[in-house]
Amino acid sequence: MIPMIDIRNAEKTFVMHLQDGIRLPVVRGVSFHVAPGECVVLSGPSGAGKSSILKMIFGNYRCDGGMIGVQHLGSTIDLATAEPRQILSVRRNTIGYVSQFLRAVPRVAALDVVAEPLLATGVTRDEARERAGALLRRLNIPERLWKLPPSTFSGGEQQRVNIARGFISSLPILLLDEPTASLDAVNRAVVVELVAEKKRDGVAMVAIVHDDEVRHLIADRLVDVTSFAAAA
Amino acid sequence: MLDVTKAPRDDDQPLLLAEGLSKSFGRLQACREVSFALYPGEVLAIVGESGSGKSTLLQLLSAQMAPNAGSVSYRMRDGVMRDLGALGEAERRFLFRTDWGFVHQDPAMGLRMAVSAGANVGERLMAVGHNHYGKIRQTAASWLERVEISVDRIDDAPKTYSGGMRQRLQIARNLVTEPRLVFMDEPTGGLDVSVQARLLDMMRTLVSELGLAAIVVTHDLAVARLLSHRVMVMQGGRVVETGLTDQVLDDPREPYTQLLVSSILPA
Repeated sequence: MIPMIDIRNAEKTFVMHLQDGIRLPVVRGVSFHVAPGECVVLSGPSGAGKSSILKMIFGNYRCDGGMIGVQHLGSTIDLATAEPRQILSVRRNTIGYVSQFLRAVPRVAALDVVAEPLLATGVTRDEARERAGALLRRLNIPERLWKLPPSTFSGGEQQRVNIARGFISSLPILLLDEPTASLDAVNRAVVVELVAEKKRDGVAMVAIVHDDEVRHLIADRLVDVTSFAAAA
Repeated sequence: MLDVTKAPRDDDQPLLLAEGLSKSFGRLQACREVSFALYPGEVLAIVGESGSGKSTLLQLLSAQMAPNAGSVSYRMRDGVMRDLGALGEAERRFLFRTDWGFVHQDPAMGLRMAVSAGANVGERLMAVGHNHYGKIRQTAASWLERVEISVDRIDDAPKTYSGGMRQRLQIARNLVTEPRLVFMDEPTGGLDVSVQARLLDMMRTLVSELGLAAIVVTHDLAVARLLSHRVMVMQGGRVVETGLTDQVLDDPREPYTQLLVSSILPA
């Protein structure tokens, strides 16, 4: 089977020009692949480069070498060399990203924040809102909050809005950056369920999870990031 | 962050193409060999500090100033790519009245301050051939509503409006003819922060609903992040870095971009 994500020898170094051009190698020789319906969890201590790898797969960080192959609309695209427009197309059609923090847009209601990715794919506003509501209910966001912009919500509530937004669309790849970081046990269990459903739908996932219990429940395979440590 | 799930569409023909644009004023090189392609539905932010050449570039791109070297071409509605420098004055003005919008930092430059808000919006419609008074007024009223101006202010002149309302009226005036490309010069400059947020949110919604392409000049990186898909960083008339907006802002590569990004005060 063709892997959804096929990374070979990817590397990343930050050059800090304001600090006398100091070079901070982050990762080197990053190589792994993810099959449809598989959840790969990146493991390793803080600072090992887990988030950087996730951001490289999303095109948020540039990749300085190697290849990040992704199955996109029926063919392989290398995100290490893709044009900005191609990366935008990949984010629209192929890769979703659930970060720890919601970058809240002022004045947009939580329900619409969650419904937005569906509207873009041609779903009607009523149906998108209905599905957004169902997901927010599952994640225990009380209905009285749905009409409010999430910027006023607690950290855990914002994270759940973010999770709902990330899980609502049916993209074939999902990147999860600590999706359960500030959630209580009940909501952690909901996220574990959502991940299991995505697996059944054939979605390929790469996750960073610090919680041992959640990691155990969602990981099909661990990739140890320390082996990609770029010695300075 | 701008919602990437919407525009730009997967359209393979550029809407506007800049090739080797240069402009100098005497010994001052305001713009040096700028080249890029803008696609339909794409929002490009041009960032840089005062004097970096970004406003000159906007003037060149919108054919309000002729370059010393290089060219700008634009895909007309009939699909033909035309060199803007070769357009006649009448053709250029027609483009400005119909297919383009230009949002000035100072609304007084884009509005007629002494005539009513309804007439400000209606004037653009009349310029493209609308002549039914009732329909023009109706369209103007619906646009005022879209930019969150109460319809009972339709007969008031913008000189009686607040700064934020004026800017929203200027946007309505520009968008009423359903242009495909809008130029914006520091559209939130000079407004209070709370007013800025409302305007940004509104522009973001309109741009994605209408599938507009836009070129936004701003010194405010937060504006670039919220509105644009792609960003071009200018310094001393040159483009020093360009790429996906979140990539350039989160992983800046050039010394000048790193300086700009690191100079943002945390809120």
